[in-house]
Amino acid sequence: MSKKSFRAALNEALHQEMAADERVIVIGEDITGGVGGDGVADAWGGAFGVTKGLLGAYGPDRVLDTPITESSFVGAAAGAALTGLRPVVEIMFVDFIGVCLDQVMNQAAKFRYMFGGKTTCPMVLRATFGSGARSASQHSQALYPLFTHIPGLKVVVPSNPSDAKGLLIESIRDDDPVIFLEHKLLYDKIGEVPDGVYAIPLGEARVLREGKDATVFAYGRMVDRAEEAANVLARDGIKVSVVDPRTTSPLDTETILEFAEETGRVVIADEASPRCGMAADISALIAEEAFDALKAPILKVTPPHTPVPYAPSLEEAYMPDAARIADAVRRTMKYQLSVK
Amino acid sequence: MQLTREELLEAYRTMKKIREFETRVNAEAQAGRVPGSTHLYSGQEAVAVGVCMALEDSDYIVSTHRGHGHSIAKGCDVAGMIAEILGKETGTCHGKGGSMHIADFDVGMLGANGIVGGGPPLACGAALSAKTLKSGAVSVAFSGDGAFNQGTTAESLNLAMVWKLPVIFVIEDNGWGEATSAEFAVAGNIIERAKGYGMRAEKVDGLSVSDVYESMRQAVEYARAGNGPTLLHITTERFFGHFNGDVDTYRSDAHKADQRKNRDCLVRFRQTLISGELLSAGELDEADSAIVTEIDVAVVAARAAKEPDPSTLTTDVYVDYE
Repeated sequence: MSKKSFRAALNEALHQEMAADERVIVIGEDITGGVGGDGVADAWGGAFGVTKGLLGAYGPDRVLDTPITESSFVGAAAGAALTGLRPVVEIMFVDFIGVCLDQVMNQAAKFRYMFGGKTTCPMVLRATFGSGARSASQHSQALYPLFTHIPGLKVVVPSNPSDAKGLLIESIRDDDPVIFLEHKLLYDKIGEVPDGVYAIPLGEARVLREGKDATVFAYGRMVDRAEEAANVLARDGIKVSVVDPRTTSPLDTETILEFAEETGRVVIADEASPRCGMAADISALIAEEAFDALKAPILKVTPPHTPVPYAPSLEEAYMPDAARIADAVRRTMKYQLSVK
Repeated sequence: MQLTREELLEAYRTMKKIREFETRVNAEAQAGRVPGSTHLYSGQEAVAVGVCMALEDSDYIVSTHRGHGHSIAKGCDVAGMIAEILGKETGTCHGKGGSMHIADFDVGMLGANGIVGGGPPLACGAALSAKTLKSGAVSVAFSGDGAFNQGTTAESLNLAMVWKLPVIFVIEDNGWGEATSAEFAVAGNIIERAKGYGMRAEKVDGLSVSDVYESMRQAVEYARAGNGPTLLHITTERFFGHFNGDVDTYRSDAHKADQRKNRDCLVRFRQTLISGELLSAGELDEADSAIVTEIDVAVVAARAAKEPDPSTLTTDVYVDYE
């Protein structure tokens, strides 16, 4: 166990799995950076430095730079996964899925089902996501609901370094296509990370704290903000559970319902757009399965239904923060059920 | 390269099998026994057969929505195929895919594809596997003249050159992308586009199975030797409309009659075999009747087969859980 950044934890996971299994390859734009130039090799190690050092360890046959043509190389990853490799393909920003969604949605996600269970497609598509980097509308979205909607895909949204490593290892070993989304503002987050190889099963929530008054469910960067809100509320004597489902597909419905039933008050903090997102999905699940246990309406804390803006003042207003999460919890605490 | 008598007979048999299969699929569709849509390959048999004759089972093909011919030529079982098209549990994909998703990984058939242009990136991936795992296999992306205009195809040509992949892009130019002519929809020249990527490219007469085979044999040899991709622009004829319910009024009756009379690759091949005294009419007739029986048995069995049990609706979405 040692302190590592989210970025270093992901890098370690890739190193360990590439060392253990020669079928694991990585593919992406600037995945090494500098290919064909007269300067240093592996200059970038990916746009966010996650794949740095893999080239030196595993060589250009397993660490493949690409042209800026996501359809062809994401599709190539899917085709390679059908024929014996276990590719980890990176798209720099998940927003770029717009130019290659067919290869994910209509190809990789569907192979097993439409071919009658005769094949597997063990690929991981890694991408950065999330607001807060002043990157505006085409480089900041939290598109996990888009992928969650598609049967055949698994979707992972880690919130801390140790989960990031264990979930990435599990994703690489998984025989289904996995969308692995990394919040770009978490890359420098430091946490205790085991040095050895370990895998965290997909579909198991992490309970960060248990409190009897209310539960906050949160993904990705919202988990830290939910914790921050819980700390503020604790000073007022409000004890909040914080649960990070960690994957949107599969979804740990058991843990979600258990906490909804125990606390009766639920807030869902989600960085994705509010319509048809995880906040709405988890809310519907609880309303359907745990209605009798509810003491207050389920509250969603999300951005407004707008693209992500650029100016800091606008982007700060866009992202849910700890104060909004805490406020939502307080509102559920004050709610009085009126029985007619 | 000279084909042996046995190879010629096998090529003829496979072409005939595709023709007969499509004739029967069309009849089943007309009779209302095909739940979905089918896109018939009749008229293009020399392409699928010429291409696949140059491949081993361990080589890969990625097909299109018009994929029955490719599937049969690569060795898929016709009984499973017709059952799949009729939506039966004995089908190639247990009734979950239908005509546009027939696949058989045991013979390297990585799937027909309902998305025009969906296949070329996947073929690059299969070629990448072959190259990385050093299996010596090659991969083929079948695409039509319509799919050739898709960005995925352009990207794949580029990627195949950049990564120097053992992939062969087979552009089956039947002159029509659905109901829009290639004359209208394809700007410039297919071969020139490929050459623009620095790719080896060749135009081939798709009415001649031996021409297709010879060009393909060379492309395979080139790819296996590690030299990279080839594009074959193969001109051919689509006898039916785009899909089985297409009344096809956009092509004149005279055009269609001329196709069948003068540009039928199967008729030409038969004539060539007989006139060249390579195979006798009797031998070919014998092959024909065996195929008619084989397909008939498959159709009858598929009609009688059970529909998939509704309990299988939720299986095989994922490997580990439903």
